[in-house]
Amino acid sequence: MTTSRERALGADTVRIEGPAKVTGTALYAAEHTPDGCLYAWVVPATVARGRIVSIDTAAALAEPGAVAVLTHENAPRIEEPDDPILGALRDDRVPHRGWIVAVAVAETPEAARATADAVRVTYATEDHDVVLTTDHPGLYAPETANGGYPGSRERGDFDAAYAAAPLTVDVTYSMDPMHNHPMEPHAAVARWHDGRLTVHDSSQGSAVVRETLAALFAMDPAHVTVISEHVGGGFGSKGTPRPQPVLAALAARYVGRPVKLALHRSQLPALVGHRPSTIQRVRLGAGPDGVIRALAHEVITYTSTIKEFVEQAATPARTMYTSPHSRTTHRVVALDVPSPSWMRAPGEASGMYALESAMDELALVAGVDPVQLRVRNEPSHEPDSGRAYSSRHLVECLREGARRFGWRDRDPRPGVRARGRFLLGSGVAAASYPVVITPSTAEARAAADGGFLVRVNATDIGTGARTVLAQIAADALHAPLDRVRIEIGDSDLPRAPLAGGSWGTGSWGWSVDKACRALRSRIEAAGGTVPAEGLSASADTTDDVQAGTEFARHAYGAHFVEVQVDRDTGEIRVRRMLGVFAAGRILNPRTARSQFIGGMTMGLGMALMEGATIDPVAGDFPERDLASYHVPAHADVRSVEAYWIEEEDPHLNPMGSKGIGEIGIVGTAAAIGNAVRHATGVRLREVPMRPDRLLPHLG
Amino acid sequence: MRSFTYERATDPAQAVALLGHHPSARFLGGGTNLVDLMKLGVETPGHLVDIARLPLDRVEESADGGLLIGATVRNSDLAADPAVRTRFPVLSQALLAGASGQLRNSATTGGNLLQRTRCPYFQDITKPCNKRRPGSGCPAREGAHRDLAVLGHSESCVATHPSDMAVALAALGADVLLLGPDGERTVPLTGFHRLPGDAPEKDTVLLPGELVTGVRLPASAAGLPSAYRKARDRASYAFALASAAVVLDVRDGVVRDVRLAFGGLAHKPWRATTAEAALRGGPATAAAFGHAVETELAAARPLRDNGFKVPMARNLAVRLLTELADPDASALDHTDPRRGDR
Repeated sequence: MTTSRERALGADTVRIEGPAKVTGTALYAAEHTPDGCLYAWVVPATVARGRIVSIDTAAALAEPGAVAVLTHENAPRIEEPDDPILGALRDDRVPHRGWIVAVAVAETPEAARATADAVRVTYATEDHDVVLTTDHPGLYAPETANGGYPGSRERGDFDAAYAAAPLTVDVTYSMDPMHNHPMEPHAAVARWHDGRLTVHDSSQGSAVVRETLAALFAMDPAHVTVISEHVGGGFGSKGTPRPQPVLAALAARYVGRPVKLALHRSQLPALVGHRPSTIQRVRLGAGPDGVIRALAHEVITYTSTIKEFVEQAATPARTMYTSPHSRTTHRVVALDVPSPSWMRAPGEASGMYALESAMDELALVAGVDPVQLRVRNEPSHEPDSGRAYSSRHLVECLREGARRFGWRDRDPRPGVRARGRFLLGSGVAAASYPVVITPSTAEARAAADGGFLVRVNATDIGTGARTVLAQIAADALHAPLDRVRIEIGDSDLPRAPLAGGSWGTGSWGWSVDKACRALRSRIEAAGGTVPAEGLSASADTTDDVQAGTEFARHAYGAHFVEVQVDRDTGEIRVRRMLGVFAAGRILNPRTARSQFIGGMTMGLGMALMEGATIDPVAGDFPERDLASYHVPAHADVRSVEAYWIEEEDPHLNPMGSKGIGEIGIVGTAAAIGNAVRHATGVRLREVPMRPDRLLPHLG
Repeated sequence: MRSFTYERATDPAQAVALLGHHPSARFLGGGTNLVDLMKLGVETPGHLVDIARLPLDRVEESADGGLLIGATVRNSDLAADPAVRTRFPVLSQALLAGASGQLRNSATTGGNLLQRTRCPYFQDITKPCNKRRPGSGCPAREGAHRDLAVLGHSESCVATHPSDMAVALAALGADVLLLGPDGERTVPLTGFHRLPGDAPEKDTVLLPGELVTGVRLPASAAGLPSAYRKARDRASYAFALASAAVVLDVRDGVVRDVRLAFGGLAHKPWRATTAEAALRGGPATAAAFGHAVETELAAARPLRDNGFKVPMARNLAVRLLTELADPDASALDHTDPRRGDR
């Protein structure tokens, strides 16, 4: 071991698995094909609500290569799952269109699909209700919203303070449903052997999938292995166990052979969650200087009839700005739609769209520059909890962004920058994302040859987690990066939380750091040399994490965008996006930049084009491919810049890092909408801001 | 499993003969639409006759100054063809506004004309659709129809034709060259695609067994100022919400000739003959353009969610006409050099 060494953390390290990915040797879940593997294809319900009366599988089983059709009548019994969709074949109920009513198994993928197509299902249909309205009689106030946050919070006397406020803004924003659509559709391969179950699954966290499978099949978790070595994105849709590992395991048990089940892109909208639409009323009461005295953020959203998921869109308003009198509420109605779930920055992406748009509206009412308005509303302590911030550099992000963007020269008047048929405008919005740390374990081993092996059941969903964890290990071990090998993505590895909530690196990294430091101590205790049989050390951060913190911890950021609006068509294009973030220590600038610009690009999609329709007649999402569900194409993304400020925060974790996977999408849509207002004078209060929505307002 | 047989044709007559041997055969060109529809179960051919390698892959100038485009010329090649770019720019622009680079590299001229609608109900075999299953109904009227027709639709169908290329060809007054079991014939492009009426299952007037062998551009449009512009949900790889193709001949402030066609509005490229008649011989002014286009679009019957298409199409057409009438006035528009802004 050397005493003078280069730090791995903070270095611009390329992805460890990059060569394997670009050469195709990195295997994703569906690329594992055990001997004797069969193929499964799901049969989706074609009614929006009802019961299965009968299923005729005779024609299906007569298809060449058909092996079996599993239905609620013949599928092996499993225990009741927490998420009903995992038990889709347990009964005859159809709670939404696209629900899984059967699974066909055959010798080839093509035969499985043909077998599925030949299954004839007869339904007793019931009237369905799939439309969210602000006066829906089924709306209720949930106890909690997603993340365990209280459904409603009141502080002070909002009504009185708002009524007395010299300046008020009372505006309602709405958002269409959005789909996660990761590049890799959900897939699983299941194999039973010697009383054990091994599943390759495209998941953000194999530990939870393992526990779920063990519970459903009434097994000892030690007899279940779930592997998610390489995952092609998830954006939350692979954060909770999805039907594919359950159905693959069920089918494999039924037919006695390994089974592969890859969901088709068109099946994802109904089966893997989505961001629900929200209708968000924001009321801001402020003094003449724009300082907020009363803030209400009231959210209406929907869930399914089978599972309560409440997009926590009102929660950012609890922590973001000074607000002596505050009301933040959610109301939800259960509709006959697929269950909504996590999609990148649930709550923050949706809620900050409304709050940051409303802030822009307040800036106009107050006649205050929108950057300055946010500076004036900077709280000294987190409003809802009264806690001090561990670090909060929103103002620095705003100022640095304004400087880089050239905000100072901005003429605030709307609708005055015409260039031919285009109107130009710029906008700003803030971003915030909470720092969450979850207990994790890890193990580090040293070999006599100077090599190290670090084992932790982290998941790299394309973020660079594997690389950053190796960097953390190298520094903790005082070893060069190329001597550290890392194993992740396997439930037989030391337990670790799923990749989600932007907590991965902070949580896994803490346990890796702790295990590696412990190992280094052992090596030092052994006289600085590793014996032939090697040394190892394990770490568990449960106690460290549960010790908690007295601080409010969030990452912050500021988005600046320039848009052009085609006056003829209402088409909005983003000419420039610039984000500045304060997210603790940035551990790998290359992969961090990728996370920021990826989030910002997804935010661009959310602002301008990502929006699903719920067909009131059929009860489903008609846009079920990437030709009809629009995400940004290269031509939409002209200039994206991501910067960060140096932020030292000793109250986080040993690395001093905050999560960065989600903050890039937070606030982006508001910044774009604010820029559209600046360009045109038109305030659009619904996303996506498609041409059909803007054009009617352009003169 | 849905099995099908496949063979490759070597000359057009043989292709037509091969197709005639199989009751459920389809010609396969670039495959960018047919193969998708086969995966969706919308198309279930028993036999494919691959025509992608027929010797119809050339763009030739005819003696009179027109252009003969073979049916298997790839969209990318056609867009890049020097004669197309210089003398029929509207066609090059329309092609480049369509699909993606990868798709254009594969898609053929004939196949582009014969694309099926992207109406979500047409593409979902679990739902009714009069075009796919005559008599089953049209859920689009009550359902999702933001992208669908405002002109020329019927009770039975509100689908739009998705092609950009065909809109330019409609404006250029192109002819479609056909070869069938009974020999060759020529159909004007504006008469090639149909309005849905009560037979929306028929997109075109193509007879059973007929093969598109090429497209002929008339010399009359060659070299005239022309342009295409398309509005869409994103900057690339999205079908037109509305588009316009214009060929304009103005001398001394008077419209000598004008051809205007709309895309994204109807079951076929919509040649705006009413507007053309109103403009021909009249002043080339923004007011005249606006009035003429509005007269054309007065026939629009928007559905609940697609009324925006009418002003969008109007604005696109008027802007293009105005720019082509006075190119200097539009110089300021080019704030971004990228063609994606067209």
